Amino acid sequence: MSQPLILVIDDEAQIRKLLEITLHTSDFKVKEAASAKEGLALAKNSNPDLILLDLGLPDESGHLVLTKLREWFTKPIIILSVQSSEENIIRALDNGANDYLVKPFRTGELLARIRSSIRSLLPNNSTKLNFTNGLEIDYSNREVKKNNEVIKLTATEYDLLTLFAKNEGRVLTHQYLLREIWGPGYINQSQYLRVFIAQLRKKIETDPNKPEYIMTESRVGYRFIAKDNL
Amino acid sequence: MENFPFQKYSLPKQYLLSTVFILVISTACYLFSDFIGYKVVALILLVAVSLTAMFFDIKPVLLSAIVSALVWDFFFIPQKFTFSISSAEDILMFLMYFVVALVNAALMTKIRQIEKKAKEKEEKENTLKLYNTLLNSLSHELRTPISTIIGATDNLQSMADKLSELNKHELVTQISKASLQLDRQVGNLLNMSRLESGYIQPKKDWFDINELIYDVLNQLKDELGNHPVHVAVKDNTPLFKLDYGLIVQVLHNLIHNAAENIPKYAVITIRANCKQDKLVIVVEDTGYGFPEDEIERVFEKFYRLKNSKTGGTGLGLSIVKGFIEAMNGTVALENMQDGGAVFTIEIPSEISYINLNVKE
Repeated sequence: MSQPLILVIDDEAQIRKLLEITLHTSDFKVKEAASAKEGLALAKNSNPDLILLDLGLPDESGHLVLTKLREWFTKPIIILSVQSSEENIIRALDNGANDYLVKPFRTGELLARIRSSIRSLLPNNSTKLNFTNGLEIDYSNREVKKNNEVIKLTATEYDLLTLFAKNEGRVLTHQYLLREIWGPGYINQSQYLRVFIAQLRKKIETDPNKPEYIMTESRVGYRFIAKDNL
Repeated sequence: MENFPFQKYSLPKQYLLSTVFILVISTACYLFSDFIGYKVVALILLVAVSLTAMFFDIKPVLLSAIVSALVWDFFFIPQKFTFSISSAEDILMFLMYFVVALVNAALMTKIRQIEKKAKEKEEKENTLKLYNTLLNSLSHELRTPISTIIGATDNLQSMADKLSELNKHELVTQISKASLQLDRQVGNLLNMSRLESGYIQPKKDWFDINELIYDVLNQLKDELGNHPVHVAVKDNTPLFKLDYGLIVQVLHNLIHNAAENIPKYAVITIRANCKQDKLVIVVEDTGYGFPEDEIERVFEKFYRLKNSKTGGTGLGLSIVKGFIEAMNGTVALENMQDGGAVFTIEIPSEISYINLNVKE
C-alpha cells in the first residue's frame, strides 16, 4: 500500500483540521465528511483503507453509522469519541469497531493505532508469524518461540495467544475473549481470563508488568501489538 | 433545632407523652393541694403546657392544653370532682386559663416555625458559599491554562518571525502543559458531578490488582517521569471483584497527587494485599507528608492545603474518598514518622483463588 486513504467522519471542523494535518504529515491521504450522510456516501465512493469515526454526529448516531458501514465495509474502523463510558466503548467494539480512542487523544497514539490496524490488513496466509521483538508463532507445529527458544504453552494459552496474534492491533473485549476461548457460557467468568492473561504474560513478556505484546485496555479488554508500533 | 428532641417521635407517641406529662404534673399538684391553692395550680399547669409546646408538634400541645384545663376544672376548682364551676370568678379564670393555654401553644409553634425558616436560610447561604468557592476555584483553575494557551498562540501567530526557535519551542511546551492540565480539571469536575448526582453505581468484575496498579502507572508514565516507584503486591493475592474503573481513578488521583507534590528523589510505594475479604491498598511516599493540622480536612470538597501551589481544584482527594465510599470502603491518611504520607484504602470484596488447572 503506497499511500493509504483515510476517511475522517467528524462534525467538528477543528478536529478535522487537526486530523488532516496530522495524517497528511504522516503520508496518509485524507478525505473528510462532516455528517453521517456525507460519511456513508464518501465511504461507498472512495473505498478508504481505514475510517476514523466520531460517535457524536449531528444527523445520526455514530453507533448506527458504524452498524451501516459494517454491512459491507470490511477494513478497519477506529472510533474517536468524547464518550468514555465502557458501555459506549464495548458497544462500538461489539458492533465491529477495531479500536476506540477517547478525545482528547495524543496524535502519536492515534498514528500508532492507525498503523497497526492497517498492517493487520496485509495478506497473511503464512503458517508462521514473526513479530518484530523476537516472538514467533508457528501454526503448523503449534509452536511458539521467544528469541529462538521454545516456550511451553498450555492449550488454552496457545489458543489465547493465536487469537490475539490474528487480531493484531484490535481491541478484544473481555466478553469476546471469554466467548471465543471458553465458550458462550463463560462470558461472565472473567476470573479465568485474568488468570490466563497473567500466566501468558509471564511466559511471553520480558517484564510481565510492563507488557510489550498484550496491552491492558482499561475496563474494556486487551490489545495485541507488535513493538515497533509503540 | 436539635432542641426539640421529641419531634422525631411519631404523632401518636407525642400525644401520649404530652398527655402523660400533664397528668404527672397534675398528680403531683394534687398531692400537694393542701399546701397550694388551686390558682397556683393553674399557673403550674400553664408552665407545663409551655414546656410541652417547646418539645412537641402543635396538635399534641393543643391536646395537653385542653386536658390540663379539664383536669384543673375537675380536680382543683371547687366543687372538686365535678366539671361545674360555681363562682363567676372561677368561670372567668377557667376561660382565661383556656385561652392562655391555647395562645401559649400557638405562639410557641410560631416561634419554632421562624427558627426553622432561619435555619433554612442559613443552609441556603452555606450552599451559596460553597457554590462561590467552586466558581472562584473553577474560574482560576480553568482560566489559568486557557490564558496560557491563548497568550502563547497569539505570540506564535503574530510574532512568529521575531521569536527564536527556542522561544517557539518553549511556548509550544507551555500550550501542551496547559491543555493537559485543563483536561485533568475537566475530568475531575465530571467525576465530581457523577458523585454529586449519586449516579455512581459500581460495576463489579474480577480483576488482578497487580495488573490494575501497572495499568495506572502506565497511564501516568509522563507525569511520573523519573520518580522511583515501587510496587509490592503480596504473592498469592487473590482476584477481587470490584469496579475496576473506580479503583483506577482512585489510584490515579493518589499517585498523581504524590508525583506532583513530592521532591524528585522521593519514592512512591504502592502495596496491595488481601486482609479478611478486604482489598487493602497502601500508597505511600517519602515526601514531606501533610501538615498535621490539615490532615482531617484534605478529603473535603474544594479543600486545598494552605501552602498548595496552583494546578489543583481541591477535588482530587474528595473524589478518592467519594469513589471508595461508593464501594463501601474506607480511606485513611497518616504521616510517617520520618515524613511522607501514607494513604490506606480498605474495600470489602468477594475474592477468588481460582485454581489454574480448573478449566484447561
